[in-house]
Amino acid sequence: MALTEQDITRLAQLASLQMDRASLAQAQTDFTRILGLIETLQSVDTTGIEPMAHPLEARQSVTLRLQKDIPEPPHTQAALDACLRNAPAAHDGLFLVPTVIE
Amino acid sequence: MSWETVIGLEVHAQLSTQSKIFSRSSTRFGAAPNTQASVVDMALPGTLPVMNHGAVERAICFGLAVGARVAERSIFARKNYFYPDLPKNYQISQFEHPIVIGGQLKFLLDDQEHVIRLTRAHLEEDAGKSLHEHFTGPHGESSSGIDLNRAGTPLLEIVSEPEMRSAAQAVAYARALHALVVWLGICDGNMQEGSFRVDANVSVRPRGQAEFGTRCEIKNLNSFRFLERAILHEARRQIELIEDGGTVIQETRLYDAELDETRSMRSKEDAHDYRYFPDPDLPPLVLSPEWIAAVRATMPELPASRQARFQAEFGLGAYDAAQLTMHRSTADYFESCAAGLPAGQAKQAANWILGELGAALNRADIGIAESPVPPDALAGLIRRITDGTISNKLAREVFTAMWSGECNGRADDIIAARGLQQITDSGAIETLVDQVLEAHPQIIEEYRAGKDKAFNSLVGQVMKAARGKANPQQVNTLLRQKLGG
Amino acid sequence: MTLPTQYPSIASLGKALRERRISALELATDALQAARNGADPHLFLHIDDDLTRAQARAADALLERGNAGPLTGIPIAHKDLFVTRGWRTTAASRMLADYVSPFDATVVERLEQAGTVSLGKLSCDEFAMGSGNENSAFGALQNPHDPERIPGGSSGGSAAAVAAGLVLGATGTDSGGSVRQPAAYCGVSGIKPTYGTVSRHGVIAYASSLDQAGVLAHSAADLVPLLDTMSGFDERDSTSLESCDGVANAPGRIAAAHDAWRHQFSQAGRQPLAGLRIGVPQEFFGSGLAAEVADAVEAALQVFEALGALRVDISLPLTRLAIPAYYVIAPAEASSNLARFDGVHFGYRAPHYQDLADMIRRSRSEALGPEVRKRILVGTYVLSHGYYDAYYLQAQRVRRMVANDYQQALDEACDIIMGPVTPGVARRRGDHDDDPIADWLGDIYTLGANLVGLPALSIPCGRGGPAARLPIGLQIIGRHFDEGRLLALADCFQQHTDWHQYTPRQTS
Repeated sequence: MALTEQDITRLAQLASLQMDRASLAQAQTDFTRILGLIETLQSVDTTGIEPMAHPLEARQSVTLRLQKDIPEPPHTQAALDACLRNAPAAHDGLFLVPTVIE
Repeated sequence: MSWETVIGLEVHAQLSTQSKIFSRSSTRFGAAPNTQASVVDMALPGTLPVMNHGAVERAICFGLAVGARVAERSIFARKNYFYPDLPKNYQISQFEHPIVIGGQLKFLLDDQEHVIRLTRAHLEEDAGKSLHEHFTGPHGESSSGIDLNRAGTPLLEIVSEPEMRSAAQAVAYARALHALVVWLGICDGNMQEGSFRVDANVSVRPRGQAEFGTRCEIKNLNSFRFLERAILHEARRQIELIEDGGTVIQETRLYDAELDETRSMRSKEDAHDYRYFPDPDLPPLVLSPEWIAAVRATMPELPASRQARFQAEFGLGAYDAAQLTMHRSTADYFESCAAGLPAGQAKQAANWILGELGAALNRADIGIAESPVPPDALAGLIRRITDGTISNKLAREVFTAMWSGECNGRADDIIAARGLQQITDSGAIETLVDQVLEAHPQIIEEYRAGKDKAFNSLVGQVMKAARGKANPQQVNTLLRQKLGG
Repeated sequence: MTLPTQYPSIASLGKALRERRISALELATDALQAARNGADPHLFLHIDDDLTRAQARAADALLERGNAGPLTGIPIAHKDLFVTRGWRTTAASRMLADYVSPFDATVVERLEQAGTVSLGKLSCDEFAMGSGNENSAFGALQNPHDPERIPGGSSGGSAAAVAAGLVLGATGTDSGGSVRQPAAYCGVSGIKPTYGTVSRHGVIAYASSLDQAGVLAHSAADLVPLLDTMSGFDERDSTSLESCDGVANAPGRIAAAHDAWRHQFSQAGRQPLAGLRIGVPQEFFGSGLAAEVADAVEAALQVFEALGALRVDISLPLTRLAIPAYYVIAPAEASSNLARFDGVHFGYRAPHYQDLADMIRRSRSEALGPEVRKRILVGTYVLSHGYYDAYYLQAQRVRRMVANDYQQALDEACDIIMGPVTPGVARRRGDHDDDPIADWLGDIYTLGANLVGLPALSIPCGRGGPAARLPIGLQIIGRHFDEGRLLALADCFQQHTDWHQYTPRQTS
């Protein structure tokens, strides 16, 4: 099982990754090996088996817990600063990015 | 060639919870940028979603109100795509197993009842906002500012079946849906603030053809007027395109209000692969039948049945009943007012609410819930008309005084203070009549000469002399008596 | 050993601190110096003397007042996957090289509240992806027993720091074996509890349905107070367990259960483990297992048998297929969890770009390492339209079948399962560079416990490799919520053997 350069390019696009020629070629090689591994899953007869999304769900009922609708106060300036300190570009409390033209 | 337009609407209604769908941040509109974006909303490393009880409850309420099936088990799924307003670069939504399935919406259009079926409704989180003012980035590049205050606001996405066949019908559906979510109290319906946004899926096909044509999605219409125009324009665009030999490409378009046209969204890639999968951070949402029953029990009476009840119980006509049940606050006001009136007088309340009160509210640009004249006070005023204390005309004067708070808004006090009490004493009226007759011999002449209008003129003179306060029926009777015939 | 050698355990060091024979500040100062001057310059990713000393002073204040708990003043360190205020959190990635979290992970909070003193943040494989700690952007790590060899991963730094005697406890995460495997390679004890026992709030997510925070230390006895303090329901994590089988997930549970089992063992005379059925999966002893590992595990089993336990042969037929199942599910979840690293709101932003989309692509491609990018692509693939059912859903179905197999074994045939942790001893650094899946295949014995959420630990049970210098680990897997028994059994083994006391030779 092999993926074409086009296949990998599309995956990279979906994942917002940039691939040059060399990394595309490497990815193709890697994928051949990786797909060889994961293809083996097809050998398992899973008729009638439900997918298991949560590791304990076969053991006990796993359901979503809900929290009360009680708001917390808005950020103090200090708290906002702590959140924004890691922003690569910020201005007046806003995160800055190159403009997208829609 | 005769064409048919096919429309389906997807509405995103922001739910009126106080906090966000997956975090405790406040949803209050208008806060300073990013002050209502918690670490969860910013998708900082290590953060996880926790589900808001109020959002789920509102979804249940909606499902019950449209007669849909409320799924006892629904799953949250990740919709994966990159967008700067979407900090995780995936949106937590629901895909294969939504919380609400089916349902329908009934509404009137041109006095005819329409029924449009819903496909589903599901919960999801809203994205942040980009501000495209002219910011400058670190390399001097033109930049946008991102505010994540809105990110994580709970949305209920309501999807209709593609059963609408005209822009007018689509707008009527949207209005009815808007009225319903506001009525239920699950959404504030403020379209300027983005609480209720409509996406329209529009396609055309030759009339009689069974297959649907290729559809285009017009996104984020936030007024009913734009919705109508966008649909009309898009349908026309598609028809012209096909008639010119072209084919419609499935794409997402935006409506430009200034140019009154739709255009393709350049930034969206073709055929997104969202790679939906159940969100491993959120186990399945399981609703107990007890909870659903409890929501059903506390739901407000729905507009349609309240309207029917107004017609049956209070003897109102269909039009008035419909008007009074457009907003829950109006319906509540009416019922409260009617409760203070004897049986059979409810029509008066309807007239006053839809008439004088309505006009005053419009002028002051406030809702009925903020009316300075509460329903029991209005009922009191109406009672003074029916018991003859004041005339209808003078009642309007009293109402205006009540509105501005004169005498603490109490009708009786205003009537007394201004001496507006109707004169019913026959002796007093007779005196006035005699005075007028003596003063206006020429009008009597005209009356005798056969001019009926002269009678009204005499009545007017008596009322004027009485400063409007004479009981009109008594004036009438006495005048006829005195004029002998 | 750099920590005072006369106090080799948390219990003994804790006692010395409480008796004020040594102060937390002295201890911390010495530990910081040892950390800075340690043999492996890449071990710690961030050390901050002031932060550490502040914690030490707070501990001393409690110790002075007689308000100390078992962990007060004990030096630990955190895998750099747990977010911390104060110290940077990098996930060993260029993407987060300068990132400072505005909040602490629940694990960090709880250990701090218990009075531990953190020496800083430990290297790991980037975003927890790797089995050798060669995927750190800030330098590959050495195995303290042999600097030419890997310490294991992804919690390689945690295992190495404990093995090197720099800390008495180190937090780690285990999604496919990343606590157990480095513990085995470095000759320390490490445990991954039942999924949902320890909060994931503040753990940088790799594979959400598999990730579980764990801890490494010199012995099972030391693991008990550490794990117990870390554990407990947390409302900030929707996958956090409130209870299991009616037992509440609360701090104290594990310690109490462990104590109860220990007591039971001590009452039973010469055959403390009489009645215990140890399941030994035949598929764990196939052709891929190195003889020396098989021998060490066999010898360990005999120790348990001598103490009265009964060995039971069991079968876990899907053992080999756990590998592709895991390597579909984990990359799928990771591809989505790592999408947020785009240089927009935090993290590395490329210096040159044409537009927004380009900026995001470049930022991610320049700052995320090759293993991370590889797994993101795999994950994107298995979730993509047309492949989702054949790969992702199929893997989740196989997952349920694996769970059924483990369940059946643990319900009917045995009380716990034992076997090897790894197919061999630690390999040489750089050995597997060409083959993208070679390291993946080494996870064969550990993946099952992650897929099914079972608690599992690794304790030293032998040595192999050249000059028999390289540690070998024994894996013990239990029923959900059975951490207490696992730790008591491990402790029992460690009372009858001394593999866990083997320390690396001091390198000059």
